[in-house]
Amino acid sequence: MAGACRLMADFLLELRSEEIPARMQAKARNDLARLFAECTAEAGLATGPMETFSSPRRLVLIARDVADATQVSREEVKGPRTSAPPQALEGFLRKTGLAKDQLEDRDGVYFAVIERAGRPAAEILGDIVKRIVVDFPWPKSMRWGSGDLRWVRPLHGIVAMLGEEIVPVEIDGIASGAMTVGHRFHHPGAITVGGASDYAQKLRACHVIVDQEERERIIREGAAAAANSAGLQLLEDEGLVVENAGLTEWPVPLPGRFDDDYLDVPREVIVLTMRTNQKYFACTNDQGLLAPAFVCVANVAAKDEGAAIVEGNKRVLAARLADARFFWEQDLKVPLEEQAKKLSGIVFHEKLGTVADKVERVAKLARWLVESGVVQADADQVERAARLAKADLVTGMVGEFPELQGVIGGYLAAAQGEPQGVADAIRDHYGTPSAPISVAVSLADKLDTICAFFGIDLKPTGSKDPFALRRAAIGSIETIITNGLRLGLTEAVRGSLAIRAGQVSEATAAHRLDSTADELLAFFADRLKVQQREAGVRHDLIDAVFALGGEDDLVRLLARVNALQQFIRTEDGADLLTAYKRAANILKKEKWVGPQVMSSADEHGIPQTGEEDPLVLVDDPIVGQAVAEMASGEVGAELPEEKALIAALDAAESKAVAAVEAEDFTGAMAALANLRRPIDDFFDHVTVNDPDAAKREHRLNLLMRFRDAVNQVADFSKIEG
Amino acid sequence: MSLSFQDLILTLHRYWGAQGCVILQPYDMEMGAGTFHPATVLRSLGPDPWRAAYVQPCRRPTDGRYGENPNRLGHYYQYQVVLKPSPNDLQQLYLGSLAEIGIDPLKHDIRFVEDDWESPTLGAWGLGWEVWCDGMEVTQFTYFQQVGGFECKPVTGELTYGLERLAMYIQGVDNVFDLKFNDAGVSYGDVFLENERQMSAYNFEVADTQTLFDLFRKAASECERCLEAKLPIPAYEQAIKASHVFNTLQARGVISVAERQAYIGRVRDLAKAACGAWLERAA
Repeated sequence: MAGACRLMADFLLELRSEEIPARMQAKARNDLARLFAECTAEAGLATGPMETFSSPRRLVLIARDVADATQVSREEVKGPRTSAPPQALEGFLRKTGLAKDQLEDRDGVYFAVIERAGRPAAEILGDIVKRIVVDFPWPKSMRWGSGDLRWVRPLHGIVAMLGEEIVPVEIDGIASGAMTVGHRFHHPGAITVGGASDYAQKLRACHVIVDQEERERIIREGAAAAANSAGLQLLEDEGLVVENAGLTEWPVPLPGRFDDDYLDVPREVIVLTMRTNQKYFACTNDQGLLAPAFVCVANVAAKDEGAAIVEGNKRVLAARLADARFFWEQDLKVPLEEQAKKLSGIVFHEKLGTVADKVERVAKLARWLVESGVVQADADQVERAARLAKADLVTGMVGEFPELQGVIGGYLAAAQGEPQGVADAIRDHYGTPSAPISVAVSLADKLDTICAFFGIDLKPTGSKDPFALRRAAIGSIETIITNGLRLGLTEAVRGSLAIRAGQVSEATAAHRLDSTADELLAFFADRLKVQQREAGVRHDLIDAVFALGGEDDLVRLLARVNALQQFIRTEDGADLLTAYKRAANILKKEKWVGPQVMSSADEHGIPQTGEEDPLVLVDDPIVGQAVAEMASGEVGAELPEEKALIAALDAAESKAVAAVEAEDFTGAMAALANLRRPIDDFFDHVTVNDPDAAKREHRLNLLMRFRDAVNQVADFSKIEG
Repeated sequence: MSLSFQDLILTLHRYWGAQGCVILQPYDMEMGAGTFHPATVLRSLGPDPWRAAYVQPCRRPTDGRYGENPNRLGHYYQYQVVLKPSPNDLQQLYLGSLAEIGIDPLKHDIRFVEDDWESPTLGAWGLGWEVWCDGMEVTQFTYFQQVGGFECKPVTGELTYGLERLAMYIQGVDNVFDLKFNDAGVSYGDVFLENERQMSAYNFEVADTQTLFDLFRKAASECERCLEAKLPIPAYEQAIKASHVFNTLQARGVISVAERQAYIGRVRDLAKAACGAWLERAA
């Protein structure tokens, strides 16, 4: 290797600033590594492995084995002919940065030979540091003082050293050096580092642990030990571990307790207020119940072992919990039914009325889900739960902790004597529940949101989905599928739209009902594909079943899709699909639309509106029978393969229909599988495009019958491959 | 002995006065935060250096609790410091002020926790932290980036101390009304408890909403008249007035969620126009 004899040294970069938000540090480390790797690769500077570190006040990169210079390089560039116009030559000189007499004339063509001396690494690294600082992709950055430089918070120092030498660089008045600072309070003065080799040790001596993973370990183990020392278990929370590591340079986990009285407040509230407001860990006792204790993580080894810090934190937490308890006690006094009345003062959406209007719709829809047999539950309890489900939005508790909507309502309902099923439904309706009452309320709530917004033409477009309708649709789908709900989506969607239409006076609402229902079904089909992708279900198979029309029962639809997916994986299935495509292609090429009914009647013939089945309108039973026979292909069958196919179709069609009827989709597929041999034989031995028009017509009709028979199970034309 | 409430203020005055700040007295208008003071909003715009410190009473009608909650007040004090351009050692200066009022950083846990500041009514935002002392937020620390929709150049550093909280911490008191106001036996409750009771009753029950809606409209139109007359300071005062009336209307619970945005937008437009006029005049 060319670099083997070169000198190598480790490179240290520390970018020291005011406190970097904890949540930004992980990405910052990755960005630093990526930018450094990109820049060194571009400059041709060889480096060994890299490590990055972060703390609240510093972002650090150490690159091992950095070459002391780039290699000498020689590059020949072909230029214009010597006879070319002067502009061409000028352009070439500009591009290469050479003068005319430095070019070589080789057989009437200019050549530039560009020799690059190896550049010293220090010089390159200086440029790289500058570029990294200027281009750094912070999620949010700022200016400070009178300068123009942007960084996440004011940048104060740059340590850039290759081996023991300072890499000189200056950015907006900040010059690099070997000086940094230790812990803000333990070692406020400057310290000088010797390079990458002693950087971490020197800082550790000054109460700074540079490696975030080590800080995380101290917090994780220290917090657990602190809880254990009090005879408790830590409620593990890796997010809090990482966040506290991002807030400290010298983490010290400290245990504290709070007053037992606060345990009256719902557990979720206590855990949430400790976690989000204070970054404390919660603890449980040996029965798994919440203990009146916490673990906080200080950033200092305090003189009094942290007694004052724990005392202070206890008081802050007590104040927060007192506040929470105040709201809780206030909320307990007001029946949810009373709170629900206040929902008429909250606008759900300017065009969709108030939250009370929404609740009214959800209550009706939820009740309908029970009365139509989709969900087996007590209709009155379902309606009750629906009417109370949003009442907690006006409670003081949810005002303080919006993320606890539902949870608070559930606690209040239980405390105010509502049946447990009703309380659970209030608590769980935002998610994808499984208890019957909860399922009815949850599904009604989501369907209403989706249908109401579609009804006023506020549909998700591209990346924009401001009302989270996609998420609501996925939630509905999951609720339907996991609970095996037998629900005709069309009916449900139309019902939901009609309830909404009943609330508005505009005549247009009813008018839009038809087109909106179709849009909604397409939207659900789309979401179903997304939702099923993870389960490995092919989107084209979902299309194939949806395309049949009328299939809007998701449970049945998925059973059908799954059977189809199994089937086309088999040899029979794959082969039948090929035959199907062949038949469909022939029919398409011949523009074959079926038995020629019109030609068999007189000029005025059978009136066709394009929608009704023409056969229905045939008064004459003889004509009707003739047309049916033509469609069946029985008339005019000559060859054995034709007759065999007809016989197979006769058997398969009725079997498939019966199986579909019985929702035995595997059976329906098996019925289709019986067509494989006859259709293959038909293609092998029968010429469809017979010169005899009658034979041709007959055979095309037979192919059509085959295609339609297959289509009864799924629209195979939608299947890819 | 720990500092009384008034000595806390006097200590901060002396400290920041020594840093070259003009020590101002509270602005004589109702406002929701010390930031609304023209010495912060208007002075943070334009190129001129500026250093000021002042106490500002803040009125938050919706936070009133009839004097029954030990931590919440509808009227309280902020200590506000603005330094423009923000000096390089602003954090050090700030920590110096904590030491001055008796907080030892090797005994207490002082932390800078991300908290980006935004005032939708002022069209202003900045980046910074809430400063924690043993888990309690004692100061909002912000580097202004925009005010009134205009870039701040140079950048103003703003420190907002919550005086009651800080005093409760220093004095080791759990109820704000128990704070020593001075060293002669007067408590915070002696001075303000009755005030909290009456103002809560007024803000939540008595304030006439029709009058308030009317006041809002009048302040807004007066602001616009001042803007036409190219008088940014009185225009800005009317925007502050409109903002406070809006806050009271919210406490009365007569502004719906949908309307809320519209009112905030109206105040922001007024404040922005006043800031624009201020910059034009200064240029």
